[in-house]
Amino acid sequence: MINLVWLVPVLPLLGFLINGLGRRYLSKSQVGIVGSGVILAAFAVSVMIFLEVRQPGFSTQVVTLFDFISVGSLHIPFAFQVDQLSALFLLIITGVGSLIHIYSTSYMHDESNEGFARYFAYLNLFVFSMLLLVLGANYVLMFIGWEGVGLCSYLLIGFWFKNTSFNKAAKKAFVMNRIGDLGFLMGIFGMVVMFKSVTFSEVFSKTAGLGAHSNYSVQIAIIATLLFIGAMGKSAQIPLYTWLPDAMAGPTPVSALIHAATMVTAGIYMVARSNVLYTLAPQIQTVVAVIGLATALLAAFIALAQNDIKKVLAYSTVSQLGYMFLALGVGAYTAAVFHVMTHAFFKALLFLGSGSVIHAMGGEQDIRKMGGLKKFMPVTNWTFLVGCLAISGIPGFSGFFSKDEILAHTFADNKIMYILALAGALMTAFYMFRLYYITFCGSFRGTHEQEHHLHESPAAVTIPLVILAVLSIVGGYVGLPEVFGVKHWLAEYLSPIFAPSAPFAEAHHLEHSMEWLLMGISSILVIVFIFLARSKYIRYENTGREATGLTKVLENKWYVDELYDAVIVKPLGMLSRFFRDGLEKAGIDRLVNGVGRGVTWGSQQARRLQNGQVGFYVFAMVIGIIVLFVIGLLL
Amino acid sequence: MLTVLLILIPLVTGLLAFGLKGSGPKVLGLISSLASLAVVAGALFQFRAAPETLHVTASWIPQLGAQFNVGLDGMGVMLCLLTAIAFLLVFITIYNRNYENPGSFYGLMLLTQAGLVGVFTAYDALLFYVFWELALIPVYFLCSMWGGEKRVPVTFKFFVYTFTGSLLMLVGIIYLYLQSPDRSFSYTTFTNLNLPVQEQSWLFWLLFVAFAIKMPIFPFHTWQPDTYEQSPTPVTMILSGVMVKMGLFGVIRWLLPVLPQGAFMWADVVMVLAVTGIIYASCIAIVQQDFKRLIAYSSIAHIGLMCAAIFANNEQSLQGIQIQMFNHGINIIGLWIVVEIIQSRLQVKNMDQLGGIAQYAPRMSIFLVIIALANIALPLTNGFVGEFLMFSGLFQYNIWLMAVAGLGIILAAVYTLNMLQKVIFGEGNALTATTTDLQNSELLALSLVVIVILVLGVYPKPMLDLVGSTTEIVNKVF
Repeated sequence: MINLVWLVPVLPLLGFLINGLGRRYLSKSQVGIVGSGVILAAFAVSVMIFLEVRQPGFSTQVVTLFDFISVGSLHIPFAFQVDQLSALFLLIITGVGSLIHIYSTSYMHDESNEGFARYFAYLNLFVFSMLLLVLGANYVLMFIGWEGVGLCSYLLIGFWFKNTSFNKAAKKAFVMNRIGDLGFLMGIFGMVVMFKSVTFSEVFSKTAGLGAHSNYSVQIAIIATLLFIGAMGKSAQIPLYTWLPDAMAGPTPVSALIHAATMVTAGIYMVARSNVLYTLAPQIQTVVAVIGLATALLAAFIALAQNDIKKVLAYSTVSQLGYMFLALGVGAYTAAVFHVMTHAFFKALLFLGSGSVIHAMGGEQDIRKMGGLKKFMPVTNWTFLVGCLAISGIPGFSGFFSKDEILAHTFADNKIMYILALAGALMTAFYMFRLYYITFCGSFRGTHEQEHHLHESPAAVTIPLVILAVLSIVGGYVGLPEVFGVKHWLAEYLSPIFAPSAPFAEAHHLEHSMEWLLMGISSILVIVFIFLARSKYIRYENTGREATGLTKVLENKWYVDELYDAVIVKPLGMLSRFFRDGLEKAGIDRLVNGVGRGVTWGSQQARRLQNGQVGFYVFAMVIGIIVLFVIGLLL
Repeated sequence: MLTVLLILIPLVTGLLAFGLKGSGPKVLGLISSLASLAVVAGALFQFRAAPETLHVTASWIPQLGAQFNVGLDGMGVMLCLLTAIAFLLVFITIYNRNYENPGSFYGLMLLTQAGLVGVFTAYDALLFYVFWELALIPVYFLCSMWGGEKRVPVTFKFFVYTFTGSLLMLVGIIYLYLQSPDRSFSYTTFTNLNLPVQEQSWLFWLLFVAFAIKMPIFPFHTWQPDTYEQSPTPVTMILSGVMVKMGLFGVIRWLLPVLPQGAFMWADVVMVLAVTGIIYASCIAIVQQDFKRLIAYSSIAHIGLMCAAIFANNEQSLQGIQIQMFNHGINIIGLWIVVEIIQSRLQVKNMDQLGGIAQYAPRMSIFLVIIALANIALPLTNGFVGEFLMFSGLFQYNIWLMAVAGLGIILAAVYTLNMLQKVIFGEGNALTATTTDLQNSELLALSLVVIVILVLGVYPKPMLDLVGSTTEIVNKVF
């Protein structure tokens, strides 16, 4: 089965080609069947691969397809690596991907036939790129998928291309990602110089061979930093996070798949994959933790004051990604991957739920104009509530286990960071339930026409919601903490991936009693904050008053976009215009034209000398001879 | 023999074309370019089997010791392939257009092709110079007779620039000739001169300025945006797709092997100029309203990187620059084909007047997106492999220089996506609503471009292997 791993990315690619080339000839149902069918088939193959990989004693297998780049001593094959980490990501991508494709057949039904096919073609192309990213056996292949998902994200954010502001959002996403990509690329070049290879197995074994206190620690730190810059762009971390909220311009299923469940977690995948490099660069690991924590808090603050249902979820995503980097930074690699998985379930659920709401509201996204939707859309309501409970970390739901694991590891590493991380988790509970109560409880605040149209979504929407809700509950049981007296299945499953860095990692040990205590504190506080949100927002009325003070600053997202505009965008425009109008036209070009005119003028003068009078020629000749004679004497 | 045939086909058909009228020159042009492509394909096989048979030496001007000495190495085959494909693409694209005085138009175009192939095959410095001029002179006529409103002053500027370069190069060649023990212009004689460092130092600039103008690199570039804008688009395609490669080729084939120490001495200076040019041209491209000028500045930025890669002079950068010469040629010709289509439909090249074309001409828009993405080196397009190797080589030469040059990757995304947004996305207007989608000939040309983009993007190995031998040679002497 492992040898057929190439089928997993090839199937979506096939779907892309069929839907892309046949967009004029296929009906919507055909497009939907092809688009969703290929992903389901890829999921089936992924499951079979996973069943093989989870067998004890499975060792990493590399399937080489052909030579991609081969120059001198540098060989970069087009090869896929099947191991525990990539198999797990295959399941998440194709599994959640299938549900979102099925959901989209209903959600995008109002598009024209061609638009519908274009949408599915892009979505299939995205899945193809994402699979390349996680399957690549070397950093160049990872980079190929990395830029590929960036392209698809660009195409899907700007899917409704007539809208200029959507285009701008798409462009912003692509450019910010490219800033990160430059870092990633330089990291790869660093590996080429240092290891003469970009293949995972070689890079990791050579790095581990160098050991913790080698003379190369600076180089390793530089490479780790450069790779992390790439991760900042893709996974929306400070300072490259501002594109993600804007990316909500795309269709909602796209936000669920690309901007919540899969693409944005690529940075976590990359760092987890490169765990040896990071463990051997402890200072950089601290930087990762600090940036992750700072992003988690900054975004959580913003989410407290957003009124667009998708923007709240977007900032929540940024914040949760921050938690994952915090986990990577404190060396809890398993916890980070665990949270990637549970987050994929509950955040995809929440986004798809918001899509269901937005559809029912006729495109309205402002939660101030919603309210009381509970009675109109029961399935959406209950599944959304499950999502909120899971992300808040209520015991028993998946988010509880993964978040608790991150918090426990943070506590063992640094107490201050733990307190801040806990504060962020409480904010998460608060803003999620603010969102829930304003949207689903109280009385309806929209127009009469909207109220008339309110309805539960069709089965293609609700079935994925229910499946994701179930996963959001049970998904956590693959990683039960050891204090429960059971084995942490996921940690055991992933242990071969993180084995090379284990000898260099500092061992943290947490008393069981302490762990119980932490769990109890966070659970109680989360419930307290949910009740706070309930009391404040369950009878929410839209007063229409403008926000003031801190709320206004948060509504305006700390004015970071304005800051970037003033510090980077505007100066770049000024510099460019100076180059164009100043240096280019008035400088270099004028100089050149001046020389040209000078030559023309000179030749006109020279032509006058040829006046046809023999006497003048003789005179000139004599002068010339004298000059030559004088020069001869002087030399 | 194939090498000679490669020069003769366009030369003879070009001269013939002058005598034809009506659609005769069109058909002849198409036949000639197909024949050239077939011969290049033959040369490609020959090169694999028995490369030495591609070298031909005949007596030319014995009094001067100049020989008709032509041959093909890996880089030569690749550039001849590029030339053949480029002319074929141009002739297909303009098949349904009518130019005034078609006999002269096609005649001059074909003569340019003969000159270009000559430049890429010459192994005698004087012959190289003659072909260099043969390639340029028809272009002056093409620009000044079929160009835009401001064609006369612009052609004059182009002429002054390139002619200055040519003169300097001629002086340099003659000086080198006078130093040669056996009074010969041949490549082997020149590469065995081993001149003292002092002489190599100033001779370097004589030759380099000629090549730098042709590429062009900052600050020798200001002829280019004007010329690209004012030339008829088929000429612009050849200028940007193939002719700029003359400068890069000149450096790799002649400058580095003949004056290795001069090149070594000045490498840092050239690299700083080249990298400055990347940022400078990319910035200007961001604030262009004119479609053609945007592509022109984008090209200057790309050429800057290629020039820097040559002087970084390691295996990766040299492999990268060589395949990028080919790929850049294909991609930029693809861009010009789209520009030509839009301009012939709407008579507009100011991007602010365009917009929304994706609704009216979806096929053309898809092609434009793919080619634009190849132009910014998206992975799995042909642009990626070359840029990856060049940057990797540059990184090994100097990390900081590479980091600055790398900003060009980001800026390229900015101006390319700006361009896409202004031209094909957004709401349409009364003018763009009249855009009709591709005709068959245009579809054929663009499909060929995209096939090359994807095939070489996914499987670049054959091309890398082809130029590998040239890399080895240059790497050894330098």
